Amino acid sequence: MKPIESFEVPPPPKVNYINAKYGLKSWLLTKDHKRIALLYLGSITFFFFIGGIYALMIRLELLTPQGDFMESTTYNKVFTQHGIIMIFFFLIPSIPATLGNFLIPMMIGAKDLAFPRINLLSWYVYMLGGVITIYALLAGGVDTGWTFYTPFSTTFSNSYVVATGLGIFINGFSSILTGLNFIVTIHTMRAPGMTWMRMPLFLWSHYATSLIMVLGTPVIAITILLLAFERVARVGIFDPALGGDPVLFQHLFWFYSHPAVYIMVLPSMGVISELIANFSRKNIFGYSFVAFSSIAIAVFGFLVWGHHLFVTSQSVYAGMIFSFLSFAVAIPSAIKVFNWTATLYKSSISYDTPMLYALGFIGLFTIGGMTGLFLASLAVDVHVSDTYFVVAHFHYIMVGGALMGYLGGLHYWWPKISGRMYPEGWGRFSALVIYVGFNLTFLPQFVAGYLGMPRRYHAYPPEFQVFNVLSSAGASILGFGMLIPAIYFVWSMRYGRHAEPNPWHLPGLEWRTSSPPPTENFEVTPVVTWDAYEFAPREETEVVGKFRPELERI
Amino acid sequence: MASHATTAPETHGHPALQHHFENMEQQREAGTLGMWVFLVTEIMFFGGMFLAYTLYRSMYPAAFASASNHLDITLGTVNTIVLIFSSFTMAMAVYFTQTGKHRPQVLCLIMTLVLGLTFLGIKAKEYSDKYHDHLIPGRLIPGNPYNPVVAEHGDTDPHKLHLLEGATKEKVEMFYWIYFAMTGMHALHMIIGAGLLTYLIIFSLKLRFDPEYHSPVEVIGLYWHFVDIVWIFLFPLLYLLGRHLEHG
Amino acid sequence: MSEHIVPVRIYVTIFLVLLIGTLLTVWAAFQDFPWQLNTIVALTIAITKATFVVLYFMHVRYSTRLIWVILAAALFWMGILFALTFSDYWTRDWISIGY
Repeated sequence: MKPIESFEVPPPPKVNYINAKYGLKSWLLTKDHKRIALLYLGSITFFFFIGGIYALMIRLELLTPQGDFMESTTYNKVFTQHGIIMIFFFLIPSIPATLGNFLIPMMIGAKDLAFPRINLLSWYVYMLGGVITIYALLAGGVDTGWTFYTPFSTTFSNSYVVATGLGIFINGFSSILTGLNFIVTIHTMRAPGMTWMRMPLFLWSHYATSLIMVLGTPVIAITILLLAFERVARVGIFDPALGGDPVLFQHLFWFYSHPAVYIMVLPSMGVISELIANFSRKNIFGYSFVAFSSIAIAVFGFLVWGHHLFVTSQSVYAGMIFSFLSFAVAIPSAIKVFNWTATLYKSSISYDTPMLYALGFIGLFTIGGMTGLFLASLAVDVHVSDTYFVVAHFHYIMVGGALMGYLGGLHYWWPKISGRMYPEGWGRFSALVIYVGFNLTFLPQFVAGYLGMPRRYHAYPPEFQVFNVLSSAGASILGFGMLIPAIYFVWSMRYGRHAEPNPWHLPGLEWRTSSPPPTENFEVTPVVTWDAYEFAPREETEVVGKFRPELERI
Repeated sequence: MASHATTAPETHGHPALQHHFENMEQQREAGTLGMWVFLVTEIMFFGGMFLAYTLYRSMYPAAFASASNHLDITLGTVNTIVLIFSSFTMAMAVYFTQTGKHRPQVLCLIMTLVLGLTFLGIKAKEYSDKYHDHLIPGRLIPGNPYNPVVAEHGDTDPHKLHLLEGATKEKVEMFYWIYFAMTGMHALHMIIGAGLLTYLIIFSLKLRFDPEYHSPVEVIGLYWHFVDIVWIFLFPLLYLLGRHLEHG
Repeated sequence: MSEHIVPVRIYVTIFLVLLIGTLLTVWAAFQDFPWQLNTIVALTIAITKATFVVLYFMHVRYSTRLIWVILAAALFWMGILFALTFSDYWTRDWISIGY
């Protein structure tokens, strides 16, 4: 008897975490990690749409070479705020705070995270940071670029730098508290039998992400404080006229902000590992390699920040060191991509919506990562730094990579979170629309940047217009594509087909409870005797490519 | 490090056992680990400022030495001793909690708090001296901008700034923003620590801690010791760096 | 895993060591040592004091290996911040790029 079948799934209880208690207070003062995950889901979706509106404003302006839609100062504020909202208030919390919070205790067989009240506190801190930042945006905005380079941000900018900085500073604590919670939970609360090498790769990725959150975020915190101090007191911390060094700001800023991009993409990689293994019904090829490369990315990611300073007065010798290290950091990511594709080989793939996102991720992340290598080589970087090449590179990773993983994970675990299935046909359709729209938006930007179009300019020479028109057209398709899941997820909460405990027939612990789960997750602490991706025999699984009408409702 | 979980949930146990933990051992382990991870974030936080200090000190050695010599070494040394003493009383408080000696435990916590407040009081005196000597950097205090009086050669007025060869008034200001940023951040952490100690004293008086459950005492102790360690580094780096050049 | 209770005499000893270290570092600050030795002496004494606080007051001497690793990681990461930043500043004048 296989160990998985011996674990009995209890019959679905009438009371689950959603209907356990009613009332606003029961949600706002909850200690249940699943409810906190939903609180986060609502907030980050809100911030995502705000960031998206800024993005559409950018693309509207850039339809024409002249600066006709808005003033340059307004445009500066728009791209700055797009960056700040998307990075700090959407991407960094997205997967860890929603999917991570929801799933980590379930995947390790625990009743909750180690510190439930700190978990709730992290959401309130996030909201406080968000409210302060929104206030700053409404009061007049900030125009320094999300990178806040000095001395412009400290001395010359007439915008709400300190208020925005304060919002980001406070938001950073949310990140630190989440990371702290995950590290302690994974170390101390695994169910008996759940060794490190039996953990789903989602947990390895989140552990690595939490390491980065805990080690890197405090440095940006102190950097923002010093920035605010300089701006308020008018001392010369980073101002060369008063004895300071603006490059010191950049060193301190990027020491966090480079690892921050790994905070954004590592959780997504964790989701992809889950999706690839589960939708191809095959154990991940090279489990330990994928697990350790998550840790390697977290560690190496801290060694490369100087590649953002290649075109500053940073020493050429330091540049060479950072360039070499930047090439090295691509290796663990590549190991993951190779292992995922090896998993797909001779497997039983089913093209459900989450799998479409996962496959999209592999291709788009690879393009993003390889263009990162272009940027890591000193000579090429001198040419394409501060052009649209860089913009396209990081959007391939952040949108083509991180966001795809987020959407894929959201679809995959939606039945567990809400107890309902999303409409599969619409899911696949919107995945394709998003994929097409995304590529149309950002592929032309590589070319435009390589040909010399600078970033952060609201007006540009006419020879770049064709690329910008393609890009803006793609952006509207992308925007449309993203609206569809927003609609059908909300629709499914009321009208979606009820999901059974294990709709995808998978071995993970989170599928061993009902959909949606009861508040305490497990009646009895499970004892784990199986590896992360042991699948049921082939006869029980779905045949490759067979469309499953029973999942359709429309 | 696997948890020592059982297959049946604990229906009874220590009243302080939280519902999501299997037993007190796991809870204690989680609490200690959580505080250590938090201290890691604090190390990186102060690390950024130590980096700025190291860089600017290497760029402006004479100015930093002159500025450092202007700090009151007696007050600084006394403060260091006060803080080390408070670390000792904190460690003793943990010891007494572990051995169930309630009265000495509370007394030690109160001593720690008193010493911590003493430290802050002395710091306040130091800051007030800087205020009077117009050494608060930039325009942090709108009515009292940075404007120290530079002493002429031979003038021994302690309120005037004695510049060593190669130092300028402007570069001395660089030292002072670092001084205020670092000691200010340290003082803020001490104030938070004082608040935490107050919580511990109140709950100790309510007999909340015993040899089986005293995680908060231990964990807040770790925090307090960390704040002490930051000062152990701040003291020589800020107060002592130029003393050997004082009469040169 | 039982909790280790550190005996009082160890706490008292460490406390006295820290006091002596403080007085020593103040005395050493006024001696004019050659080269950079003043700084090195001050930092050595500070690191020693901090080590004693960490090992005994914070119980790391009696703690699990996980705690040691966490502490070592934090110090290592601060080291990365310093080392790579100074790899820039200390090598800037190795090559003249015209400014």
